Amino acid sequence: MTDFTKQSPGLKRRHAAEIRFQWYGRSAIFIALGFLFLMVGSITMNGIGAFTQTKLALEIPLTSEHISVDDLEGANYDALVKLALRNTFPDVTKRRDKRKLYGLVSPYASFQLKDQVLADPTLVGKTTKIWFTASDYVDMYIKGNIDISRDEKTRKLNNAQIGWIDAIQKQGNLEKVFNSAFFLGGDSREPELAGILSAFMGSALSLSVCFLLSFPIGIFAAIYLEEFAPKNRWSGFIEININNLAAVPSIVFGLLGLAIFLNFFGLPRSSPLVGGMVLSLMTLPTIIIASRASLRAVPPSIREAALGIGASPVQAAFHHVVPLALPGMLTGAIIGMARALGDTAPLLMIGMVAFIVDIPTGILDKATALPVQIFLWADSPERAFQEKTSAAILVLLVFLVLMNLVAIILRRKFEQRF
Amino acid sequence: MQQIDIIGSRGARPLERAIQIFMVICSVIAIVITIGIVFSLAFEAYRFFQLVSLQEFLFGLQWSPQTAIRSDQVGAEGSFGAVPLITGTLLISAIAMATATPLGLASAIYLAEYASPAVRNIVKPLLEILAGIPTVVYGFFAALTVAPIIRWTGTEVGLEVASESALAAGLVMGIMIVPLISSLSDDVINAVPQSLRDASLGLGATKSETIRKVVLPAAIPGVAGSLLLATSRAIGETMIVVMAAGMAANLTANPLQAVTTITVQIVALLTGDQEFESAKTLSAFALGLLLFIVTLVLNIIAQFIVKRFSEQYD
Repeated sequence: MTDFTKQSPGLKRRHAAEIRFQWYGRSAIFIALGFLFLMVGSITMNGIGAFTQTKLALEIPLTSEHISVDDLEGANYDALVKLALRNTFPDVTKRRDKRKLYGLVSPYASFQLKDQVLADPTLVGKTTKIWFTASDYVDMYIKGNIDISRDEKTRKLNNAQIGWIDAIQKQGNLEKVFNSAFFLGGDSREPELAGILSAFMGSALSLSVCFLLSFPIGIFAAIYLEEFAPKNRWSGFIEININNLAAVPSIVFGLLGLAIFLNFFGLPRSSPLVGGMVLSLMTLPTIIIASRASLRAVPPSIREAALGIGASPVQAAFHHVVPLALPGMLTGAIIGMARALGDTAPLLMIGMVAFIVDIPTGILDKATALPVQIFLWADSPERAFQEKTSAAILVLLVFLVLMNLVAIILRRKFEQRF
Repeated sequence: MQQIDIIGSRGARPLERAIQIFMVICSVIAIVITIGIVFSLAFEAYRFFQLVSLQEFLFGLQWSPQTAIRSDQVGAEGSFGAVPLITGTLLISAIAMATATPLGLASAIYLAEYASPAVRNIVKPLLEILAGIPTVVYGFFAALTVAPIIRWTGTEVGLEVASESALAAGLVMGIMIVPLISSLSDDVINAVPQSLRDASLGLGATKSETIRKVVLPAAIPGVAGSLLLATSRAIGETMIVVMAAGMAANLTANPLQAVTTITVQIVALLTGDQEFESAKTLSAFALGLLLFIVTLVLNIIAQFIVKRFSEQYD
């Protein structure tokens, strides 16, 4: 008789294999999520510094010998800033050292001074303490991103400059403040002045165009295909077509935009109008697919009831079915827009990679977009731009999270189970 | 007695007619877009192939699209052999798929067969986040963090690693694709009927044996479809390779060297000002057409397989 209490010799091995198999799954999830946390974590660590900025104060001698009240426009503000720096460190005499000294403030310090004086002409006549944006190297040093143990020749700040910065800091004339320029400024060659507002406005304008085009077209197409189209070869072809469009690489849409919108129709290059049109080509399939799913979820009894009491098919669809499916359609649209917000490649094709300082105000202005700005800054060699890139990514991710949150809330709030 | 106009209220109203026509136009737009893509790519590519022969483009081993500054310049035409770009694209996609397939499949199996509903509800959305992060972010991370780590590791063990190695771009792209594979495979695995599992477990197989010998073989077509879709995604991916892969068209299978891809070259050829008549600019459209055809074929096959599979157990 067989002894069932005795284990077969292979059982232990088989159970070990079972445990191992489960661990493959766990470690796969662990690796993927670990990568996610590593990436988001390192970008956050990198970018958080860009939300503050170093400013330093200088005693500017706005006396009559340097500036006259009658000609505020024409005064040499650059010389004034330099003079103030020399006054702060009178022992700096050599030409080369002077140039190093002037490098402590941003090259745009003279414009900042001019703006302040023009805004408040009563400053003229006395020596006043004025805060200036420090140059990016000073900013990096204050944030601890410059390794001072390295050889002096290989770093961006030499020992003398670090000595000056420490001296200014001791006098209490140096502080880290909230970096409003980052949120309110356009792009700049100087990292300490570069901001994301122009890129953000470009994205907002493009997405508006994208939404206005793709949402109506998308839901009408979905309503037709789901409620009216006869189920034949032709509608099957449209369906396959839409599914394939959803999987076309985004750069191909950019090529289409370049060849047709720019070269054939002659629409303005680099404009949010064309950007939005290209993005809407990509968003359309997403919206159609989501809208159809949401229409399909409305039970036939609702249509039949409407038709039964005498509504026409159009009335049944638009008065009864569509209102019930609308939250689902909106959710699909928002998710599609979130994807469009993050997409970069098609915008590169239609020239939205320009260096844009001015904030675009209309859909025909030259503009760039938030992800393209990230791409441009990521290419810049300065260490300070690395920080800006990470910070811009954080802003982009915040917007993506917000959009997805709205989509989830919409779904939760209006989801009906029939 | 007043007559009720039954015919008039039956869809013959002008407004309703107009709405219906508008809806038809909207749904035809999807086809118009496809035709637009095909025509714009084909037209510009046709102009390109009048300057450069199709044979040279498809089989040439040299890619260096210079435009001539003087007409008598040496190598003025540039050479437009796309083979190094195709091999580069395939190399990076292969690395990406080699990363994503085990990770995606293993996590799909774990989530579908082992994880408790609570774990599933947390892990699935977290994996979806990976799919929602813009690729420009992956590209930045690949270039700034992953590539230096790989380079440093390689140097430590005595290997020569290019700073824009195919490995870095491929690995990061693989992570990006994981959620695509895992969510599609998850659906496929869930679609395998429970009766198959019950039969296998009833015969004494362990759970992992059931999955390996019964569930996976039954799910193979669907999984293959999801892998094809993922491959098409990897081939068409642009920003990660633009930021982390190289520009030089090297013909190599060494993942530690820098290679370039079709998408990288399209971006390089078309950003900035272009002269629209030159072979250099037009070659981007020929590359675009190649990319479109390859991804389209992969997608159609994948959709066909997945559809067949889902009908199998209905």
